[in-house]
Amino acid sequence: MGKKGIIETEELVKTYGKFIAVDKLNLRIDEGEVFGFLGPNGAGKTTTILMLLGLTEPTSGKARICGFDPTREPLKVKRITGYLPEKVGFYEDLTARENLDYTAALNGVPREAASKKIDELLDMVGLSEMAKHKVGTFSHGMKQRLGIADVMIKDPKVAFFDEPTAGIDPEGIEQVLALIANMAKQKVTIVLSSHQLQQVQKICTRVGILSKGHLVAEGSVDQLGRETIGGGKFRVEVQVSEPTSKLVKSIENIKGVTNVKSSGDLLLISCDKDLRPQIARTVVDSDSLLIQMKIEEYGLDDIYMKYFREQ
Amino acid sequence: MSGLMAVFWKELADHFTSKRFIILSLLVYVAGIITILLAAQNIRSMAAGDTSTVFILLFLSAPEEFLRFFLSSFNLFISPFTFLFMLLIPFIGISFGIDSINTERTSGNLSRLLSQPIYRDAVINGKFLAGLIAMSILIVSIVILVAGMGLRMIGVPPTADEILRLFAFMFVSIIYGAFWMSIAVLFSVLFKNTTTSVLISVVLWIFFFVFSFFKIGQPIAGLIVPIDQSSSIDTLSQFEATYRLISRVSPFYIYGEAVQILLMPFITTANIATMLASSIGTVNPLSLGRSLLIVWPQLATLIGLTALCFAGSYIRFMREEIRAT
Repeated sequence: MGKKGIIETEELVKTYGKFIAVDKLNLRIDEGEVFGFLGPNGAGKTTTILMLLGLTEPTSGKARICGFDPTREPLKVKRITGYLPEKVGFYEDLTARENLDYTAALNGVPREAASKKIDELLDMVGLSEMAKHKVGTFSHGMKQRLGIADVMIKDPKVAFFDEPTAGIDPEGIEQVLALIANMAKQKVTIVLSSHQLQQVQKICTRVGILSKGHLVAEGSVDQLGRETIGGGKFRVEVQVSEPTSKLVKSIENIKGVTNVKSSGDLLLISCDKDLRPQIARTVVDSDSLLIQMKIEEYGLDDIYMKYFREQ
Repeated sequence: MSGLMAVFWKELADHFTSKRFIILSLLVYVAGIITILLAAQNIRSMAAGDTSTVFILLFLSAPEEFLRFFLSSFNLFISPFTFLFMLLIPFIGISFGIDSINTERTSGNLSRLLSQPIYRDAVINGKFLAGLIAMSILIVSIVILVAGMGLRMIGVPPTADEILRLFAFMFVSIIYGAFWMSIAVLFSVLFKNTTTSVLISVVLWIFFFVFSFFKIGQPIAGLIVPIDQSSSIDTLSQFEATYRLISRVSPFYIYGEAVQILLMPFITTANIATMLASSIGTVNPLSLGRSLLIVWPQLATLIGLTALCFAGSYIRFMREEIRAT
């Protein structure tokens, strides 16, 4: 882990008057990650993204993207980052193609290369047939897809998506998420903000939960779940035919098991690591029959609710 | 630089394909043709046999009542053609600049645009430049149209001096338009809502027009330099000077003055009250150089005001933060 993260912030602060939008944010995102920014509305997700892009100046603290300071070297940062704003807008009187042409021109992509690239991208986002239609006639989902093509034109190293799935239908959401996941495969580092947890969970390698400008938790979804709900433990649920106290005792004796609770024919086992094989053997070795066993998985919903209920 | 050109070409293409541009062009062309027809009817009586200034009179002649009416309302020599320009150029300038920035914001394009690797000023400069070029094309084309039609009608070719005067006239008109456009751009940066910015610039336009047309400057000058029947010549000319100074608050007046000096070689001072009484053709014409010298303060004022408004919108736009909504 010696190398530098592609995105790093150090004590990043942004205040609007007395209102603190982002409070001493320390963040590190490595190359190739899909990082999900979670938090309720007004938690500072968008403000953080805007500061990373150099569109808003931080009140204090440092931000670095690929080693560049977005405030001092905005053009260098903007050359390697793509941004899809929450309420993305296109020129409604221009066609999809013309809109992308303009972005290509702004990025200094030569005309020939741009034309080829736009064909590919429109094909990728499934808008080839709509290329010559005015964007004014597009649905919200189509605009989001066009937005993804728009971000891809400059071959960004880092792409920011602000609420990419807000306000579009389930099918549209699937398409947008698939496209973002596809980008991640092409080694683009992705930061996406959302409060739609199910979706983030599907594609993010790591999430950060932001609340009132603070980063309250950070890590992979599994890891966060263990830390917040399981108290840092794995929890295994075992259903057996005869939960005898002898069985409970022998499970407790497995190295790494910290607690066993039984209720009816269910045993709830907390352990430091995934001890399912050992537990299974213990149950089988006893007189009891193993009916089922599962390790508890933590949904982002649970983690999220836990955080915000605590406050 | 590439960013500026990209914005510029896109905005220019937008102007040329917009309904607004087409409607404005039609309006200006139709009005221009009407003025040339008006001028053609009266050119004979105004030229008074002298052919050296006959071509420029295409832009200046009108029925005498018309000239008298504007002379008494504006205190300026205004022909139908120059009146058309005085009135319509602000309209063109405002309509080309008024939604330049705030529509980008309300349509959600601004943050996408600013996250591209271009300097922020490329956006505002490119837009202003495109508006300026589109407006210039409109202004130059109407002058050429009128000149061409006039040439066919009267058959007298323009002299070199007249051509240069026309160029100077177009230049001043473009500056005048740029001034109104810079006001419009300023409003489009200041006000988030397009309707507000349109409303305020229209109000400003009407205010200045009324200010000039109804000679609001006169009673104000009367307060500073009171005059009555028995006032001496000195007091009267002092009043006249004060009145003129106050009139110049309105860009309409400044432009009217500049055009009058540039297009009318016979005008030696800005005062033409006595001009109309004597026949226009009988006064010795000024050289273009002299006219330019006289018009310089007006021109400098317009350029200065344009620069001021543009600088205001520039600074405001550069400092503006993109915020989470």
